Amino acid sequence: MVSSSLAGADAAFQEALRRDDPAELYDRAPCGYLSTTPDGVIVRVNATFLAWTGHRREDLVGRGRFVDLLSVGGRIYHETHYAPMLRLQGAAREIALEIVCADGRRLPVLVNSVLDHDSDGAPSVVRTAVFDATERRRYEQEVLAAKRRAEESEARAVQLAQTLQQTLIPPTPPHIPGLDVAAAYRPAGDGRHVGGDFYDVFQVSTDDWVVALGDVQGKGAEAAVVTALARYTVRAASVDHDSPSEVLRTLDHVLHSSETDRFCTAVLVRVRRSEGTWRATVACGGHPLPLLRRAGRSPVRVGEHGALLGVLPHARFTDTEVALKPGDALVLFTDGVTEARRPGQFYGIERLLAVVDEHRAAAAEVTDAILADVMTFQSGDARDDIAVVTVAVH
Amino acid sequence: MDTVQKHNIRVSGVPGAQPVVFAHGFGCDQNMWRHVAPHFEDAFTVITFDHVGAGGSDLSAYDPVRHGSLQGYAEDVLAIIDDLDLKDVVLVGHSVSAMIAVLAAVAEPDRFEKLVLVGPSPRYTDDAGYSGGFTEADITELLESLDSNYLGWSSAIAPVIMGNADRPELGAELTASFCRTDPEIARRFAHVTFLSDNRADLADVTVPTLVLQCTDDVIAPVAVGEYVRDAIPGAELVMLDATGHCPNLSAPESTTAAIAAFVRG
Repeated sequence: MVSSSLAGADAAFQEALRRDDPAELYDRAPCGYLSTTPDGVIVRVNATFLAWTGHRREDLVGRGRFVDLLSVGGRIYHETHYAPMLRLQGAAREIALEIVCADGRRLPVLVNSVLDHDSDGAPSVVRTAVFDATERRRYEQEVLAAKRRAEESEARAVQLAQTLQQTLIPPTPPHIPGLDVAAAYRPAGDGRHVGGDFYDVFQVSTDDWVVALGDVQGKGAEAAVVTALARYTVRAASVDHDSPSEVLRTLDHVLHSSETDRFCTAVLVRVRRSEGTWRATVACGGHPLPLLRRAGRSPVRVGEHGALLGVLPHARFTDTEVALKPGDALVLFTDGVTEARRPGQFYGIERLLAVVDEHRAAAAEVTDAILADVMTFQSGDARDDIAVVTVAVH
Repeated sequence: MDTVQKHNIRVSGVPGAQPVVFAHGFGCDQNMWRHVAPHFEDAFTVITFDHVGAGGSDLSAYDPVRHGSLQGYAEDVLAIIDDLDLKDVVLVGHSVSAMIAVLAAVAEPDRFEKLVLVGPSPRYTDDAGYSGGFTEADITELLESLDSNYLGWSSAIAPVIMGNADRPELGAELTASFCRTDPEIARRFAHVTFLSDNRADLADVTVPTLVLQCTDDVIAPVAVGEYVRDAIPGAELVMLDATGHCPNLSAPESTTAAIAAFVRG
């Protein structure tokens, strides 16, 4: 048994070898073969290529050029990429083209070509192998379409986030006669995601202004919804209530009754001028206390801590009133400043107090100095949003 | 950004001599000129460069707005000329760079002494009374063809040296980045190249111009070359005995001879 099956295998081997002489191998190879002059005139073509495309040998050899067999897009690609690569590199590999068949049908193919040279080094012949790539091309087109959809969707999401962000962050605070106001905002990470920090500076009536700064828990679209809700609630409630603690109480109620389970922190300062003197009323809800820096003295925290907004059932908020004299300043900030981290270390309140103590010129100077120092501290990689608003009296 | 790095500029030939600037077309990079440009090093300052987005250029300098029209590419060429302080320039533009050269010469004619347009076409798509050779559907098909071929190309292309064991004369500087670029940039450049219409600019060229035309160019047919010659005041046309769109590669000797006869004469 064993010896007869071996003898059979040997016979099959000999038969296959005999039938697959070089001419057969060329003509009936499982890929198309074409040879052309360096300028592309077809000089030889195998039976497989003719069977795939329906072209007749006599129409191609000596008459047609390879480029003429391609779809128009493929011709341009051939002239601008394929032919230059072949000329300069001597080979072109895995080029995706479409052959126009005799009946007009398109055959997607992958093409490898080599340019051979004569003994003087002059180009002599181009040998091309053509592989049917119908299924592969269909798959590639699906992949490409999916990639494009993903890219478009990503671009839309980024644009939406940025647009949303712009609506939430007033780029520059308004000019308030008699006050010097500056603000800075830097989103965490690459700045492509909607952050949770916000600030707002708006007028209620003549010489009556509100400065609000807050931090909504989390990021992204849901946080942005809460940010917008908080901001507009503060604006609306400030018309009804003079007291910032009352405004925070309203905001607390609104967050409780809204469908979100997110919470936020905020500091509100009502700044009013009467008889030439500015007075500030400060109220805090779960937020770091702002800093008060009097002319010629070290900065201190001002106000009383209040509850997180939208969390506790009977939250209490307290107003603290201070008179602001020329040279005094209030600095509002989010925890992205004090909780900025580097290995083994928080930025902390002491470092912030030192920066505020040192920079006493315009509001913009101390605001920019804080942002710059916090960014330097974290080596430019902010893990949390940073927002700072400074209000100084001229 | 340094212009030399931005455009991967190479300067050779005789320092201080009249400059010949070679601008490559859509598809590949300045290596397209490697069989032609060296023949001018005996008497000229020879400058080759890569358009932003091609070859060894700084991809980060690509600006979708500036490079959203051929005018932006022409401004790039003028910036190169300005930064290198070149005067009496001979500008040789192949393919789309022929029209870039036209725009540059129209904008600042005093900079140029001569223009050589190799395989120019002021408009690739057909229009009423004008045959550019392509329909808009053809251009859409080209973009698909680019997509198929750029599919596997990474946007960060390491300049890997090609193994050309059998053709060592190609040297080490020809890298895999030849004809390869960021797929998105290539797409945009294809749009700008094949959908521009610069026919109206041709009449404004005041610089002496030579058109080099191949006999069998599927991209810029003979009739289009003749259109360019007729539209540019005083332009001459020389037919090259070459097939295809890249005589600088397929027929470098006759291309060189035709340019030399024009610029050395």
